[in-house]
Amino acid sequence: MKSDQLISVGTATNSRRSERWPYLFIVPMVLIILLVFVYPLIAVVRNSFYSGSISNLSFIGTANYVNLLRDDVFVHAIVNNIKLLLTVPITTLISLAAALILYENIRGWKLYRVILFLPYIIPAAVVGLSFSYLLQGNGILNTALRNVNLDFAALDWIGSTTLSIYSIGAVIIWSQFGFGVVVLTASLLSLPTEVSEAALVDGASRWQRQRFVIIPQIKETVQFLMVLQAITALAWVFPYIYTITKGGPANSSMVMDLYIWQYGFSLGAVGMASAAAVYLLALSGVLILIYSRMRKRQSERR
Amino acid sequence: MRNLFGSSYRHAFLIFLSLASIYPVWFIFQTSLKTNNEYLLNPLALPLHPVLSNFRETFTSFPVAHWALNSVIIAIFSVSGAMFIALLASYAMVFSKMRGVNFLLNTNIALMVIPPVTLVIPMFMLMVNLHLINTLASVIIFYIGLFVPFSVFFLTNFMKSVPYELIEAAKIDGLTPFAILRRIVVPLSSAALFTLMLVNIIYAWNELLIALVFLQQQESRTLMSGLSLFQGRYSINQPLVMAGAFVSVLPILLMYIFGQRFFVKGMMAGIGK
Repeated sequence: MKSDQLISVGTATNSRRSERWPYLFIVPMVLIILLVFVYPLIAVVRNSFYSGSISNLSFIGTANYVNLLRDDVFVHAIVNNIKLLLTVPITTLISLAAALILYENIRGWKLYRVILFLPYIIPAAVVGLSFSYLLQGNGILNTALRNVNLDFAALDWIGSTTLSIYSIGAVIIWSQFGFGVVVLTASLLSLPTEVSEAALVDGASRWQRQRFVIIPQIKETVQFLMVLQAITALAWVFPYIYTITKGGPANSSMVMDLYIWQYGFSLGAVGMASAAAVYLLALSGVLILIYSRMRKRQSERR
Repeated sequence: MRNLFGSSYRHAFLIFLSLASIYPVWFIFQTSLKTNNEYLLNPLALPLHPVLSNFRETFTSFPVAHWALNSVIIAIFSVSGAMFIALLASYAMVFSKMRGVNFLLNTNIALMVIPPVTLVIPMFMLMVNLHLINTLASVIIFYIGLFVPFSVFFLTNFMKSVPYELIEAAKIDGLTPFAILRRIVVPLSSAALFTLMLVNIIYAWNELLIALVFLQQQESRTLMSGLSLFQGRYSINQPLVMAGAFVSVLPILLMYIFGQRFFVKGMMAGIGK
């Protein structure tokens, strides 16, 4: 009753129906979120305290969490995901540079734009397949290098335990920078042009304009983009790894999401996989926390 | 500093990026036109005698047409389902005085960054219990849920730019909320809706992990999960695998090329500040 009265103070003509419809309109959204997010998140935390297979689980407390940290492969997977986080600043810089140049209406920008968006639409699995042939020992890259007598640079990109994860990182950069160009281009094009023009009149160089006028205005989009990319590097690498190295050689390119998949579905160790998933959630949570702290501090300063 | 950003350097940078963007895609295409012998002799060169036999074999050795149909069905139902749900919710959140809007928006933003792989095991067990495993419905339901948070984020951002007076006027004319949404907000949002649709279709078409786990019968696979079978069986016939890869990319590629013009406009509407 009280909320009805509060609302009707503002809009005297509203009937009861117009107060109720918004709640009806969000029902489907709430239901699907409960089904696809809330329920699985609760279940995955619960399952992480159990051992056994899907049909026969028994409670074992925090043993899964302890065992995971004792498992070299899992620890190595976390280290690899953290290494892959290095792709985030690199991808962002490439996307930002490309988007800024396109924004200056450089000759041919329309064609460049169509081409630079291209990697974004290519499925990660296809990217992985294609790059596995490009990068393998006798693959296209090494054939090309040998053709120009650079044999010393023809390394075993995906077959070596030390290189494989960095090669995967390079593939992820290729696959992700197009999305950055899309998002940053959209953000740049919706900026008001007056400020940038005023800076031009004031005699600011292109570099000064970009550094002090344009980039600060799209800072929030850049941060948002970096969070999405960081989540990709942490938890969305499966299709690349699955098609390029399957985690090998000798688990050297193991990552968390492949580990979860392996334990959950190949080995049927639901509890272990769930505990690994909770570790992954915690790591993502740390990331989000940093991000929201950053946003908060900015809005306070404003 | 100025020299570094001079016009020719900027062109050189873009040309390098463009070549890097195109080459792997071109490689897929040119390799798919080669016989295995030609490819092994000279993997780099252009196909001297382009053949279509790889494509023929692609469609005869596996039920690729069936997989493609599955991918299409999944994309259509998951994307339209998610967009319908998101349209209703976004409209209510932006154009009503309901309570808890900020909570809902923040929840959606938080959900956008939940790694789907953490949800996969419980969802799998649930679908087994509901006897939906190996049916397209299991994947469609999962995808709808995964698409909704970003779609709501995108659409609420866009709808904030729709003039409120239009909605008020329609209200005075006696239109129901649903009619306002259908006849006024949706037509005004066509670019944003198109882009959102494209983004979601790309996701649905390209997704591998869930499709691989939930659809394990030969007949129920999607193109992406089917493609991984190719890789295993034809590890010594790479042109054939590339033909399969090309077939699976083509629909998205065409959609992107023809929708290119609206794509950036729609992105601006949905995530530009």
